[in-house]
Amino acid sequence: MSKRTLFDKVWDSHVVSTIENGPQILYIDKHLIHEVTSPQAFNELEDRGIPIFRPDQIVATADHNTPTLNQDQPVKDALSRKQLEQLSENCQKNNITLFELGHEYNGIVHVMAPELGVTQPGITMVCGDSHTSTHGAFGAIAFGIGTSQVAQVFASQCLLLTKPKSLRVNVNGKLQKGVLPKDVILYIISKLGTNSGTGYFCEYAGNVFEDMSMEGRMTVCNMSIEMGARGGMIAPDETTFEYVKGREFAPKGEAFEEKVAYWKTLPTDEGAVFDKEYHFNAEDIEPMVTYGTNPGMGIKISETIPVEDNPSFKKSLAYMNFEAGESLINKPINFVFIGSCTNSRIEDFRVAADFIKGKKKADNVTAWLVPGSKQVEAQIIEEGLKTVFDEAGFELRQPGCSACLAMNDDKIPQGEYCVSTSNRNFEGRQGQGSRTILASPLVAAATAVEGKIIDITKHLN
Amino acid sequence: MTLRSTAIPLNIENVDTDQIIPARFLKATDKKGFGDNVFRDWRYNKDGKENSEFILNKPEYSGSILVAGNNFGCGSSREHAAWAIVGYGFKVVVSSFFADIFKGNALNNGLLPVQVSERFLSDLMQRIASNPQTVLEVDLQKQTISVVNSDLSEHFEIDAYKKTCMINGYDDIDYLINNKELIEAFEAQKIY
Ligand code: SF4
Repeated sequence: MSKRTLFDKVWDSHVVSTIENGPQILYIDKHLIHEVTSPQAFNELEDRGIPIFRPDQIVATADHNTPTLNQDQPVKDALSRKQLEQLSENCQKNNITLFELGHEYNGIVHVMAPELGVTQPGITMVCGDSHTSTHGAFGAIAFGIGTSQVAQVFASQCLLLTKPKSLRVNVNGKLQKGVLPKDVILYIISKLGTNSGTGYFCEYAGNVFEDMSMEGRMTVCNMSIEMGARGGMIAPDETTFEYVKGREFAPKGEAFEEKVAYWKTLPTDEGAVFDKEYHFNAEDIEPMVTYGTNPGMGIKISETIPVEDNPSFKKSLAYMNFEAGESLINKPINFVFIGSCTNSRIEDFRVAADFIKGKKKADNVTAWLVPGSKQVEAQIIEEGLKTVFDEAGFELRQPGCSACLAMNDDKIPQGEYCVSTSNRNFEGRQGQGSRTILASPLVAAATAVEGKIIDITKHLN
Repeated sequence: MTLRSTAIPLNIENVDTDQIIPARFLKATDKKGFGDNVFRDWRYNKDGKENSEFILNKPEYSGSILVAGNNFGCGSSREHAAWAIVGYGFKVVVSSFFADIFKGNALNNGLLPVQVSERFLSDLMQRIASNPQTVLEVDLQKQTISVVNSDLSEHFEIDAYKKTCMINGYDDIDYLINNKELIEAFEAQKIY
């Protein structure tokens, strides 16, 4: 039999049929929805008189447009409130499981689903959100879709798709102190560029990913879309099985053992060929920061901004008010955001708390810590991290997407820099005129304490 | 299916979906009205006045074809970006590279993404910049894009299935629903 990749195995097992000279019908196991990209899809089905085909394979949450303060009170913004109400109505009408605002399982869709065991190896998952790639960390095929496709999955639990090409990124070696999964993925994107993955599904391989926790793997796969790839995957292994075991929606007992036996057959066969392959050394990676307006514009924190003579590059630096050739070290920063589906899991807050403990936030800094879910929030309190944050002057908010996309009130003001653990530094992403510097939770925590960007590599021993 | 129109040259690379339609406009629960806010933060200054420097605000440029720089539509999966571009009145977007999700969203909304070579794109940008009256012709049947009354022309690719859908106004939902038996049979014998 021919050698197959992890991606091939999962994809091929989900093909319902192939249209001649056209796409394939791909079966979708799990469909995640949220308030922003689902209402038009519900409306479309209703207008056409089409029922939801498999409501029990859909899980809903409210996250993009929710406040991160006073969640027990009615949402103030009328439009946001309407979106949330519509989600609740739609779910109720169609028998869809919803973890609405305030529910103990509420959270950012890509944090909530893995922690509940909805995400499992070998399945196909979609959501009307590009960071659905996060779930690939479990060896699932998971990718973001548009609202028309949300409607297609509602109607048929399937999508019409052409199989993407395959790409593998290998990172081997030993990561240096202070280098987190976020740095690994920012480094990869800075080397490969923001459209290197377009048309591809990416597998991350090598001992660096094998040694990572599930949460670290999620951070990496999360940002696959930032290099253009529809999704990223990591082969399931003991770390994966251990994580899934015992979670609310995970198979239990014998059923679980049977699944594990199947999941063990999924990793890429030795000798399978990828359409494109890259290799990096772990030792070359340092803590990273971005300096521009796309996630590919990243440098090691100790490096200087490159000099390039290209109008888009110059426009980007002008927006950021940075000079080509300068260093970001010592840049004063007034806003720090630790949150988003990239870095809002418990390990991220542990890393931050570890650094912050016994220190104080700089006076000039507003520091928002936004957990990815109610469960993460509860854990932060239980582990005593909240006390560390409170004592240092950080503000722990309630879960949601928050300043990652600034749809709610959590906006970075015009012209201000924000060192953010989120995934996109586009113009205005965190609020009109705001300037985003992407970094790891460690770099973000250090920035908040110092009130400026520091060379974290010099502070770690 | 042929479209003849003047075009608007948006000579910027990596135009992301947050630029096409900023998140604060995503609170609507229907598909209408997004055209008013397309490229909002480029079209309007901080004080809310029109930015006369931005290409969409220059009276000499008009038309239902948007010609944009490399890597158009990257970022979020929001279909609101496609609705905004269609809502503004565009029928075709030309670029040398499109992000995957955007391309799919465009096709699902009757907006044709035409991917051309970098060379062709830069020639096209120049022609339109020097003469805003330049008329383009996009022929979906033949899969060609050309500048009328000139020798500038290029073939473009489109998935055969999608092409049929575009020409006949079919929709993926109809296709999938017609295949429900196949889907149910698949569910019954799932191997994973
Ligand atoms: S946290 Fe940010 S990137 Fe993640 S789902 Fe929410 S808005 Fe999207």
